[in-house]
Amino acid sequence: MAKGKTFQKPEALSTNHTHYCPGCTHGVIHRLVAEVIDELGIRGKTVGIAPVGCAVLAYNYFTCDFQEAAHGRAPAMATGIKRVRPDLIAFTYQGDGDLASIGMSEIIHAANRGEKFTTIFVNNAVYGMTGGQMAPTTMPGQRTTTSPYGRDVTLTGMPIKMCELLAALQTTGYITRQTVIKPKYIVKAKKAIKQAFMYQMENRCFTFVEVVSTCPTNWGMTPLDAIKWTEETLLPYYPLGEYKTPEGGTTDAK
Amino acid sequence: MQSEVMFAGFGGQGILASGKILAHAAMEAGYEVAWIPSYGPEMRGGTAYCLVVISDRPIGSPVIKNPQHLVAMNRPSLEKFAPMVKPGGVILVNSSLIPIRCGRTDVDELIVPATGIANDLGSVRIANIVALSAFVARSKIVDFELLRRCVNEEFHGKESFIEMNTNAVEQGRKAAA
Amino acid sequence: MAKVLMKGNEAIGEAAIRAGCLNYFAYPITPQSEVAEYLSKRMPDVGGMFLQGESEVAVGYMLFGASACGARVFTTSSSPGISLMSEAISYIAGAQCPAVFVNIIRGGPGLGGILPSQGDYFQATKGGGHGDYRLLVMAPASVQEAVEMVMLAFPLAEKYRNPVMILGDGLIGQMMEPVEFPDHLRTEPTNKDAWATNGMDTRNSKKSNLVKSLYLDPKMLNDHNLHLKSKYDQMKREEIRYEAYNADGDYKILIVSYGTMSRVCRTAIDMMKEDGLEVGMIRPKTLFPFPEKAIYDAAVKESCQKVISIEMSMGQMVEDVDRCVKGRRPVEWYGKCGGDVPTPEEVIGVIRGLL
Repeated sequence: MAKGKTFQKPEALSTNHTHYCPGCTHGVIHRLVAEVIDELGIRGKTVGIAPVGCAVLAYNYFTCDFQEAAHGRAPAMATGIKRVRPDLIAFTYQGDGDLASIGMSEIIHAANRGEKFTTIFVNNAVYGMTGGQMAPTTMPGQRTTTSPYGRDVTLTGMPIKMCELLAALQTTGYITRQTVIKPKYIVKAKKAIKQAFMYQMENRCFTFVEVVSTCPTNWGMTPLDAIKWTEETLLPYYPLGEYKTPEGGTTDAK
Repeated sequence: MQSEVMFAGFGGQGILASGKILAHAAMEAGYEVAWIPSYGPEMRGGTAYCLVVISDRPIGSPVIKNPQHLVAMNRPSLEKFAPMVKPGGVILVNSSLIPIRCGRTDVDELIVPATGIANDLGSVRIANIVALSAFVARSKIVDFELLRRCVNEEFHGKESFIEMNTNAVEQGRKAAA
Repeated sequence: MAKVLMKGNEAIGEAAIRAGCLNYFAYPITPQSEVAEYLSKRMPDVGGMFLQGESEVAVGYMLFGASACGARVFTTSSSPGISLMSEAISYIAGAQCPAVFVNIIRGGPGLGGILPSQGDYFQATKGGGHGDYRLLVMAPASVQEAVEMVMLAFPLAEKYRNPVMILGDGLIGQMMEPVEFPDHLRTEPTNKDAWATNGMDTRNSKKSNLVKSLYLDPKMLNDHNLHLKSKYDQMKREEIRYEAYNADGDYKILIVSYGTMSRVCRTAIDMMKEDGLEVGMIRPKTLFPFPEKAIYDAAVKESCQKVISIEMSMGQMVEDVDRCVKGRRPVEWYGKCGGDVPTPEEVIGVIRGLL
């Protein structure tokens, strides 16, 4: 027997190779979700919902039940699941175009009803799968394939801060923003994801974990430069931390 | 045999409810029935009407251009629908609110101050029951005792209303005599 | 069970419960809002679930999510709402989930009006959403028939793992008629463990289930569509329902009409018969699958001179009737779609004009 733990694949992750680009953080986030599912022992009652976007094939990488949503509608599907099967654990995995643009109505109303599911919101400030178009979270001046001269906020408004927006709702919830660009952040992000699933298991509240992520391919950067740009440009505008926690104490994640 | 009764008046005069009670009574009597309302924005305070079709065979078209009978609770309803009533039918005119008459000689015009009678009994809201009862007493479209039972059933659980409505049924019957 | 006098919309809600469906998502729209009002009161009594969604778009996907995890679900709406749900309907058909949609049609296009119409025939039978899919569509002509079709819709949706639509009109929803809820139409939801995402623990399995409509490989997508087509072909073999009225004798004209409009035609046919004019009618109860052979056979009868499709729309079903008659008889059309349902007298005038 080896003394230390060997690096192993979580049971909730499949052996399929992902299609994600080099330097993309989706793989890390998938792994964190899978580790949490394993640690909480909920794989047999978890249903994931894949979005339309880069994570459209997420169902190939998890080994729990999965549904594939239309663009932006994952929160409505998760609502359907939890209303008829409250004993199941449901999570949506959505990008910024999916959640903050076309699916804005579904996420706000699900959050406001306090639906007891978990949303993992991957914000990389750009539409990835369709080839780098401007997203609602694209930064002012940021060049994308549909804002070739840089995002002009006088025409397209300011980037939407989803955590702040959802935290403004009067309904209770767990709303937090994390990132996974460095190991110290990864540890915190996993803790937040675990916390979110635990709140769901306790039937406490709607739970939402935003993960500020990179897209070296569509940003036109090396993975290292992408991490630097995230720290220097995205994180000051999208501050990390907890935006809302349910009242009545918390169940600390380990 | 098929006959049709149009109930018409202002929204809030209990037009749809009178129709429903009659349809219920006719169903209990073993007839085929259909109750067709006007619906939508016009329900909100404007004119309301409903049509009750009573037949001894399955009802085909629920759309009736010329009803057999009319219960008119306000003036616009009388003016609009009286010319459409088939000859030989009953036209009830709520004379408390309608200063004119139907102007037809080929129908049985029944003048009932339904709103006034209801007011004397304690609430203008039961004018529809007064009118319905007077209409049934005159037209004999269903057995009067059956109507009495169906009015009671409609207000089942609202005991305070039952007495008032029982009086409304009786006063309506007398008004048609 | 004794007959009760009920509004079509309320009877539809009650029928779903009697059929064994305890999950209902909806959004208010005239002229079907009474279903939601009725079930918001009734569902708690029977341990059921009602949720008012934020839009018809969301409601469509609530149905999808719930159905995909094995629950029996339904919704009701009216034309503009069904347009918004059409995206989800395409996904649900593509992902092969059972669900029941009731459309109490109002006039269109756009905001149109709130009065009865049959303007959503194409939307219901030819798609509405994107892609190669079909709905099994049933059109009731009375409140009683609406009850029976709603109750039948659930086992059919599960048999084919496909959405089923009840296509009524404003009059069917708003009218009160005596109804009976037949006990024999109550069914138990089928076991969905083979495909539903109901949690591996639920079905005691180590294999995960996946509900999706995405097939990036062209061969796989083609095969998937061929499979869907085989289901629609099976519907054509097994689910056609229609009524023939006054069609035994020698009629000169054959009417094809459905729903509320067919009742008006029935009265017109009776009135013409008294005057010695024989007119027959085929009333499709299923609009998809369409009673193609019945219409053809009735049209080519020697006495029959012409066929006419009478509908509360500007000539939608007539295209299917024309297809069925295969040029063997002239096919005419009469319709109205503003909300005024044509009267029997009007229909008689049209029929006499054909002779």
